[in-house]
Amino acid sequence: MRKNSGRPGQSRRQVLGELLAGTAIGLVLSSSSVRARIIAGALPWAPGAGSAPTPVQPGAWQYFTPEEASAVEAIVDRLIPPDPQTPGGKDVGCAVFIDRQLAGPYGSAQGLYMRPPFMDGTAQQGAQSPLTPAQRYRQALAELDKYCRDAYVGKSFAELTDDQKDKVLGALENGPITFEGSSATAFFQQVLTNTREGFFADPVYGGNRDMAAWKMIGFPGARYDYRDWIERHNEPYPLPPVGIVGKPA
Amino acid sequence: MARTLPATDVVIIGLGWTGSILAQELTGAGLNVVAIERGPWRDTSTDFPTTYAQDELRYHIHHDLFLRPAQQTQTFRNNPSQTALPIRTWGSFMPPNGVGGGGVHWNGQTWRFLPSDFQLKTHLTQRYGAKFLPPDMTIQDWGVSYDDLEPYYDKFEYLCGTSGKAGNIKGQKQAGGNPFEGPRSRDYPTPPQKQPYAPTLFAQAATELGYSPFPQPSGNLSQAYTNPYGVKLGPCTFCGFCEWFGCGNYSKASPQTTILPALVRRSNFEARTECEVTRINLDDSGKRATGVTYVDASGEEWEQPAQLVLLCAFQLFNVHLLLLSGIGKPYDPSLGEGVIGRNYSYQVTSGVNAFFDDKNFNPFVASGAIGMVIDDFNGDNFDHGPQGFVGGGYIAAAQTNGRPILGTLTPKGTPKWGAAWKEAVAKNYLSSYSAATHGSCYSYRGAYLDLDPTYTDPLGRKLMRITFDFNQNELKMSQFLTDRLADIVQKMGPRQLEKSPRTGPYDISIYQTTHTCGGAIMGSDPKTSALNRYLQNWDVPNLFVMGASAFPQNAGYNPTGTVGALAYWAADAIINQYLKSPGPLVHV
Amino acid sequence: MCKRFARFALLAALACGWTAVPARAQDQPAADAASRGKYIATLGDCAACHTAPGGKPFAGGLVIETPFGNLVSANITPDPKAGIGGWSDDDFVRAMQRGIADDGTHLYPAMPYPAFTQVTRDDLLALKAYLATIEPVSDAVETNRLPFPFSIRAGMIAWNLLNFTPGEFKPDPAKSDDWNRGAYLVNGLGHCGTCHTPKNAMGGDKSGQNMAGAALQGWYAPPLHNDARTGLGTWSADDIVAYLKTGWGGGQAASGPMALVVADSTSQLSDADLNAMAVYLKDIAAPANAPPAPAPLAQGDPAMQSGLALYVANCAACHTQSGDGTAGIFPALAKSPVVQADNTATLLDVVLNGGHAVATDANPTAPGMPAFGWKLSDDQVAALLTYIRNDWGNAASAVSSGDVQKARTRPTAAN
Repeated sequence: MRKNSGRPGQSRRQVLGELLAGTAIGLVLSSSSVRARIIAGALPWAPGAGSAPTPVQPGAWQYFTPEEASAVEAIVDRLIPPDPQTPGGKDVGCAVFIDRQLAGPYGSAQGLYMRPPFMDGTAQQGAQSPLTPAQRYRQALAELDKYCRDAYVGKSFAELTDDQKDKVLGALENGPITFEGSSATAFFQQVLTNTREGFFADPVYGGNRDMAAWKMIGFPGARYDYRDWIERHNEPYPLPPVGIVGKPA
Repeated sequence: MARTLPATDVVIIGLGWTGSILAQELTGAGLNVVAIERGPWRDTSTDFPTTYAQDELRYHIHHDLFLRPAQQTQTFRNNPSQTALPIRTWGSFMPPNGVGGGGVHWNGQTWRFLPSDFQLKTHLTQRYGAKFLPPDMTIQDWGVSYDDLEPYYDKFEYLCGTSGKAGNIKGQKQAGGNPFEGPRSRDYPTPPQKQPYAPTLFAQAATELGYSPFPQPSGNLSQAYTNPYGVKLGPCTFCGFCEWFGCGNYSKASPQTTILPALVRRSNFEARTECEVTRINLDDSGKRATGVTYVDASGEEWEQPAQLVLLCAFQLFNVHLLLLSGIGKPYDPSLGEGVIGRNYSYQVTSGVNAFFDDKNFNPFVASGAIGMVIDDFNGDNFDHGPQGFVGGGYIAAAQTNGRPILGTLTPKGTPKWGAAWKEAVAKNYLSSYSAATHGSCYSYRGAYLDLDPTYTDPLGRKLMRITFDFNQNELKMSQFLTDRLADIVQKMGPRQLEKSPRTGPYDISIYQTTHTCGGAIMGSDPKTSALNRYLQNWDVPNLFVMGASAFPQNAGYNPTGTVGALAYWAADAIINQYLKSPGPLVHV
Repeated sequence: MCKRFARFALLAALACGWTAVPARAQDQPAADAASRGKYIATLGDCAACHTAPGGKPFAGGLVIETPFGNLVSANITPDPKAGIGGWSDDDFVRAMQRGIADDGTHLYPAMPYPAFTQVTRDDLLALKAYLATIEPVSDAVETNRLPFPFSIRAGMIAWNLLNFTPGEFKPDPAKSDDWNRGAYLVNGLGHCGTCHTPKNAMGGDKSGQNMAGAALQGWYAPPLHNDARTGLGTWSADDIVAYLKTGWGGGQAASGPMALVVADSTSQLSDADLNAMAVYLKDIAAPANAPPAPAPLAQGDPAMQSGLALYVANCAACHTQSGDGTAGIFPALAKSPVVQADNTATLLDVVLNGGHAVATDANPTAPGMPAFGWKLSDDQVAALLTYIRNDWGNAASAVSSGDVQKARTRPTAAN
């Protein structure tokens, strides 16, 4: 069965027609979608196709309650503390990053295999928890708050001194703090991973404000052409980092 | 109830590398071809443009271009004493999805296997004796030789414009290339990539130790290239967003950059995307495929009849579909009988981290397949007698990326957070370096695939179950290769060096490679293989199964070059033998 | 001006046009009229308007938007009622050469009869013979959707008097056969001037400015004269042939509206005809009284500095630091007429909305340029375009943020 697929380019068509008056020429676009389920005759293409990232906007917390946000800001600022050269986790926006991630598909474990039965396995069989990241944070932050208020006479995590915070974090990481119903260690690993992600990801996601983390290490960001540098061995790269959106620094 | 569509000559399941190659070859021979792809259409300028492809979070960490485990995954256990559990998020490997398949987001490392790799059982038995091999090792000869495949390796490399330096042209050794490689008919289509700092230091050190370093054969092109279909590629710009990412500037070989622009213009080709093949249908005799059943994106079921069915869905999904379709006898490890799921293998990688003073490596100036490599310890290129293991791998100083979320190295003992971590990250980012070994993984009786008894996919089909662990043989090999690598790196003058050989048990949660192999292997004996030497199914002669599922065991190289060569080899057999006289091409 | 030529056009065609032009037409591969006519339809790219997307061949129905309302292309299949099946040879010739339908009503010059008037009767009859082989489609098309008063076709009588010079092509005996064939194709069937010749306030060709470049809605069709900066001055005849045949020539790629012309028409023409067109185009002199080229902005200018930084970060990975691009895959920006054009409509459309090159048999690659409109601000785009218009030997006016902002509201011409 031979198909008449038409000539290339015919599936999307612009037409120019001379007009009565003026210099305008009419343009008509066809209505076919670039995500054609059937592709034949030509590569599908349409203007505006693709999915550029939507920059995170500053503003109200989208997932965390004010208390949770306060705790997370304090956590990220100890995981990555400020120093004279580079801001800390809070200032670069790690908590904002985590908040927006938890409010989105990552937070709801979209795309992961979340069918039961859930059973504990060996360490080599990978994570088997039914908790989504968003659920894990909510449960863990509640447990953390309870722990701190018990151990530190009514103080929340954010109200502790830096040394106390570090002690608590260490105890989450390695024990002896445990949570009911979920793993304290798993929570710590989660928040550490997400903090690093927020620190080093493109600023479009709400962290790494002003590309501070990239400047700290000398990573040029979203640049795409190093042909002039491939054979310049042992020489520092001088250009500032650029992000996916926004000015070159 | 599936609605039946008009018949076509050929239905291709999966439009990745092998699906694209077969579609191009068979439409060129005048056949009508329908390719059915589970995932979406993918195009460079709309799906991974230079405007936002450089997104480590989205593509590397959130796996945006990959299959979603929710759509399909496997269960895993190291051995039968365990209950297999689902791989709920990808770790050890990341299966592809969408047009272009793994070809979209691979690194581009393009290798040929060694001549001895294809006759592995015979070769090792002859050299070392049968007793030297572990008793449960089930390696086999392939049924084809390197010489059979050489013209097709050449064809794949010239399709891609692979950048490299030949080491052996028609038996003549060439300076600067791999002295261990099988003879090739001509040099690579484009010269090797230029190298960054660290690989050149590695090459120097390797040479001083008496090894033979050469540039890694690369699917990231060193210069603009026009392939035999008239499709053009541009030069790689060392952006450092290669593996896990689509290439934004047409400089990484993929179906998108080498085949699809020419293929879609042919009036006898049609691709249907976002359609999942659920079954290969057989007639009542069970010896003839009548076509496939698939589900489209709205959930409607269709039947596509065809004269010839080509299963090109990637190793894991090839085996899964054969099991679900009841084609071929499923493997039973306790009896050692059956062929579907038999001889599952993987890849055994390891690394060395090194920390330097006063060296700036600019790790972000990188490409997927750049680097300097030695092959002195691959395959049977060295005497295994004193070593007590078989197999080997290449040892590479690559430079694939300097992406910060996952790529910042700190010395062992550095705290994982806090001021000390921050300081160590900043101090070591530009001056630390990581090199790797890439070792073979042979086949064993207890490493296999079958259907899981408990877990299902959204269509209600049983997931495939992976039972696999590293054998002591492979772990010994990895230790050896890592030590040899460390010798070389030590000569580069680091202040600190850390070895990380591969250790067991095999861990599904840590990324290693996506080089899952076997399960529908090729061979000479229908009792121990699913396919004959032309990748034709022994039971169903109008079904051919492409991909690394055909590998009886995995060698110490990335699989794609051999996958591409086998696809061209099979295409040749289909066009010049099968079409002229449909039926089994090999009689036993 | 027009009337004099109109009176003698018929005589001229009979006396002179016939010898030079049809001689080449008879060199075409197929001898019989319908086959010749098929090639002529390709030359004229009739299907571009007369075959709607997904529609039957030449059945019309394609909507053409104008600021004054819509027109719809006619059904020119041989159906006796809905199409032109009942038209005599003279009817067809008169429609193409005079813009008058079989019933005496006037066509609008959206049907480019001001160009097709140059086509010989012989070629037109071959075309008619080809159209007669098309499957008849009985769906009638209402072509005139213009609102009052533009819907009154008789208005074209006045328009024609002022803007239309009828007459078959008259070869110039002082020029070569190739030049004359090229002139016939470019000005007649090819109707290149429909887009590439600037229009007066009535939409007719500005006199004395053949192929001097024209603004279309949101796109700019560049000059086809030989100004070195804005036209074909740096192109060889081979570059022109390559562009029309493969979609790539002179470092430039056919995209947007021109991609369709290449795909559906010029890529399928004979090498001899393409060469003839190139010979003719290379002979169109750059305007004598054009303003002098601007001096390029200095490298140290803050707009150039910031544009350079943006270029390195966003553009160099394809178009290279030197602006040379890569042959057949990334257009050159250095010496590019599109980049240096006084009218920046095309440049802005491509940068803001992206685009892709035509696919041809000779070069099926069809690489795409991603959209930058979402990524860069008005200031950034302005600096970037100012930079590329003034480095590498380029020289052109700066682009302002206001220009960019306006361009964002225009519909894209990308297809």
